Amino acid sequence: MQASAVEIRNVNKFYGPFQALKDVDLSVPAGKVTCLIGPSGSGKSTLLRCINFLEEYDSGEIRIDGRLIGYDAPGRKMSGRALREMRRSIGMVFQQFNLWPHMSARENVAEGLIRVRGLSKTEAGARAAEALAKVGLADKMDNHPSRLSGGQQQRVAIARAIAMEPRLMLFDEPTSALDPELVGEVLTVMKTLAAEGMTMVVVTHEMGFAAHVADRVAFMERGELVAADTPDRILHQPQDPRIQSFLRTYHERNSF
Amino acid sequence: MFSIPVFLESLVPLFWAARFTLLISVGGIALGLVIGTLVCAAGLSPSRALRNFAALWVSFLRGVPLLVQLLVFYYSLPLIGLDVPAMVAAIVTVGICASAYISEIWRGAINALPRGQAEAAVAIGMAPTDVWRRVILPQAVTMSLPALINELILLVKASSLVSVVGILEITRASQAQAATTFRPLEVYLAAACIYLVINLCLAALGRWLEHRTAV
Ligand SMILES: Nc1ncnc2c1ncn2[C@@H]1O[C@H](COP(=O)(O)OP(=O)(O)OP(=O)(O)O)[C@@H](O)[C@H]1O
Ligand SMILES: [Mg+2]
Repeated sequence: MQASAVEIRNVNKFYGPFQALKDVDLSVPAGKVTCLIGPSGSGKSTLLRCINFLEEYDSGEIRIDGRLIGYDAPGRKMSGRALREMRRSIGMVFQQFNLWPHMSARENVAEGLIRVRGLSKTEAGARAAEALAKVGLADKMDNHPSRLSGGQQQRVAIARAIAMEPRLMLFDEPTSALDPELVGEVLTVMKTLAAEGMTMVVVTHEMGFAAHVADRVAFMERGELVAADTPDRILHQPQDPRIQSFLRTYHERNSF
Repeated sequence: MFSIPVFLESLVPLFWAARFTLLISVGGIALGLVIGTLVCAAGLSPSRALRNFAALWVSFLRGVPLLVQLLVFYYSLPLIGLDVPAMVAAIVTVGICASAYISEIWRGAINALPRGQAEAAVAIGMAPTDVWRRVILPQAVTMSLPALINELILLVKASSLVSVVGILEITRASQAQAATTFRPLEVYLAAACIYLVINLCLAALGRWLEHRTAV
């Protein structure tokens, strides 16, 4: 049996009367890459954001390394402090990078180390430099985000997350906001992380990445988790007609 | 005929009177910043009562002319047994009036920040106070600077209204001067020049600050 880094059980999420997640079950194996795919509006981001409780799920359970996130017991919210404690070990990378524009690349990465991990400024600066070197930005450390390309900004955002030494990384369409020629550099960094054994959950429209890097691919539609299996069985021999039709649309759109 | 000597002579006492104008506008903006920040915080708080209070505060103060506020405030103080100097009453009224606008300036800047800015901080486990102190406020301040300087310039001009409660600031001093010299044009032109110099200086200060905080 493989250890699960994230156990999602029977999760439901409502926005008013609209049900964004319907009885979602998913196990994310530790040290592996799980890709979440599916049509727009199917609930991929919502599910990803429930994993670090940026979005509150209404019922069910999400356990990170066995520990329930967001609630102490069903219906009883966890304290802010306990939630922050859990979030420290979950890195997140957003589609829009969300770097802080008033700080240099290095300050962006150091900030969490100082405020959350309590490191000294010098120590945090040194760790930030290491993290930035790792994503290939040693020479851009003192640039502000406005002086970086989209791909570089997203790599800073990845460095900001990995500097915190997370046990789990969540990516929400990390390359969707990038010009096509900048996608590769971000995917390369992500592949390196995957090769090092980082547990990753990646919402993506990059089927190539899902096919070649993912260990598991989960397909969502209309708030339901339709299937989770090996990339081959989801992407090449899909059984469910909903997956087949999604892939057909994908191939049509990407062949010109 | 326009008399240049009279114009130059009026500059001196009016420059002296400018200290009241500056005291009222700077005091007003300082008080306005403190109260405006609190009102803005109330408006963004989870408590419905506080939010209603902030909304009421802003709409009342923006809806009543400063002159009327001044008169109401000034004449209501004795009723509640307070005998404060006209200067204090003026600064307090101007400050309270400015607080409504400043609160809106803050709110606008904070709402203009992409939600992801705070989310990125929350996601790495930052505490709410740090999210505000390190991520939201520094950006809100930078974004608000032009509007705040604008507000300060408006206050310098609005401070002419406090002449109604008997403070000898630039406008009131020039009225007195015009009455004794019988040379209104020269005197008021001198007053205009002094206002202009003050506000050009403030605008320059604003540009310098913006330049310094630009990213
Ligand atoms: N804050 C919200 N309030 C109301 N409805 C929301 C909110 N956020 C998301 N939704 C709805 O929930 C559904 C799932 O949204 P979600 O963002 O998770 O989709 P997604 O699979 O990530 O789509 P995309 O590929 O376009 O990013 C959508 O129908 C969306 O309109
Ligand atoms: Mg999404």
